[in-house]
Amino acid sequence: MKTDRRVILLSLTILMAGLTCLMAGAGVTRATTAKPDPFLRPVAVPTPADNAITPARVELGKMLFFDPRLSGSQWISCASCHNPALGWSDGLPTAIGDGMKKLPRRTPTILNVAYNTIFMWDGRAASLEDQATGPIKTKAEMDQDMKILVERLSAIPGYSKLFERAYPGEGVTEKTIAKALASFERTIVSANSPFDRWHAGDQKAVDESAKRGFKLFTGKGKCDVCHEGFNFTDNGFHNIGLKTPTGMSEDVGRYAQRKVKVNKGAFKTPTLRDVTLNGPYMHNGMYQTLEEVVDHYDRGGDVKDNLDPNMEPLHLTPQEKQDLVAFLKSLTGAPILVTIPQLPR
Amino acid sequence: MLLKNLFGCLMLALALNATAAEFEVGQKDKQFSVSHLKVKLGDTVNFVNYDPFFHNVFSLSDAKTFDLGSYPQGQGRKITFNNPGTVEVECAIHSQMKLVIEVEK
Repeated sequence: MKTDRRVILLSLTILMAGLTCLMAGAGVTRATTAKPDPFLRPVAVPTPADNAITPARVELGKMLFFDPRLSGSQWISCASCHNPALGWSDGLPTAIGDGMKKLPRRTPTILNVAYNTIFMWDGRAASLEDQATGPIKTKAEMDQDMKILVERLSAIPGYSKLFERAYPGEGVTEKTIAKALASFERTIVSANSPFDRWHAGDQKAVDESAKRGFKLFTGKGKCDVCHEGFNFTDNGFHNIGLKTPTGMSEDVGRYAQRKVKVNKGAFKTPTLRDVTLNGPYMHNGMYQTLEEVVDHYDRGGDVKDNLDPNMEPLHLTPQEKQDLVAFLKSLTGAPILVTIPQLPR
Repeated sequence: MLLKNLFGCLMLALALNATAAEFEVGQKDKQFSVSHLKVKLGDTVNFVNYDPFFHNVFSLSDAKTFDLGSYPQGQGRKITFNNPGTVEVECAIHSQMKLVIEVEK
């Protein structure tokens, strides 16, 4: 009887110890899953409930993206400015719009745009679908009347079929044009950069200078206050004290959308993914090189009026500046191969 | 008579003040600590910044338009709500920070 009791007690002790271990193990699991790694890109691309990504939608969106008939002149496509060969931007200080007129802001890359929560330099678009038709309708950009565009695309048999396949029963409308363009844009994602490989454990993926640069980026340089997480943006708006280039008008930026003092001269933080591919830099394209950009932040900006209070001189050494640039260069992903589609006629 | 009225107003103001509450809303990890808050007319909300960088607090709602400016970690700024209605509060710097305050009579 006594022995039986001992066996039972011993069994219970082992069971309790086992359960404790299991619970402790579960605790560790919870602790690691509670806060995701901020520098790890989510596996799934976020999509709205009414516009899940499908191959048919991406195919249609890609055709629309490369089709100059989307513009009033029938000469400018989305790809004219968001050129995949130039980091999904245009390589110019500021964009060129309808009638070859120079526009006041640089063409932002659409790389990783799927992960943004607000769109355009001044945040005037709340969704990618909303953003997608913005430049088409804007007079200075593609100058297109959406009613005319819907009629034009509806008259092309090839497009009717593609729209029906992508959005059965929804027809050719401004909404389906926007949804298809957004679907294609969501597939343009930077992946497998040296930084990503280093972050995944490959110590040889980047050199020592880039490693020091990352430490500076998240430390002394305070760059990650705004350029945070895997996409290196806070989707926020900051006045970083840029001069207005000669011949250009002062740009109030976000203030035009939200009339709050701190927004005067503030622009959305851009992603730094593939940053070597999509210069010139800043909303007005005033810097040609990353070295110039780092120098700007090291000075704490130039124009102090309404400067973001997070900006201040960094007192970086020449070596530290080099290290920061080395880190920025490590954010260039594997080349994105794009085949130009044959457009329906 | 005038003195009596003034005294009455003073008592009413004191009574209202006595019942007014103060709420704290934190700003941490680029989020407001709550996404929805119900307050009564005359209540005050203190927005406290717990992040190691600047935040802003503003609203352009009809029920209450205000801009508390930008301020660093450890500081708080207060606003009293004197009109009923819905007040959408944001941080002008970080667009994802949003909070709705319902001001009830």
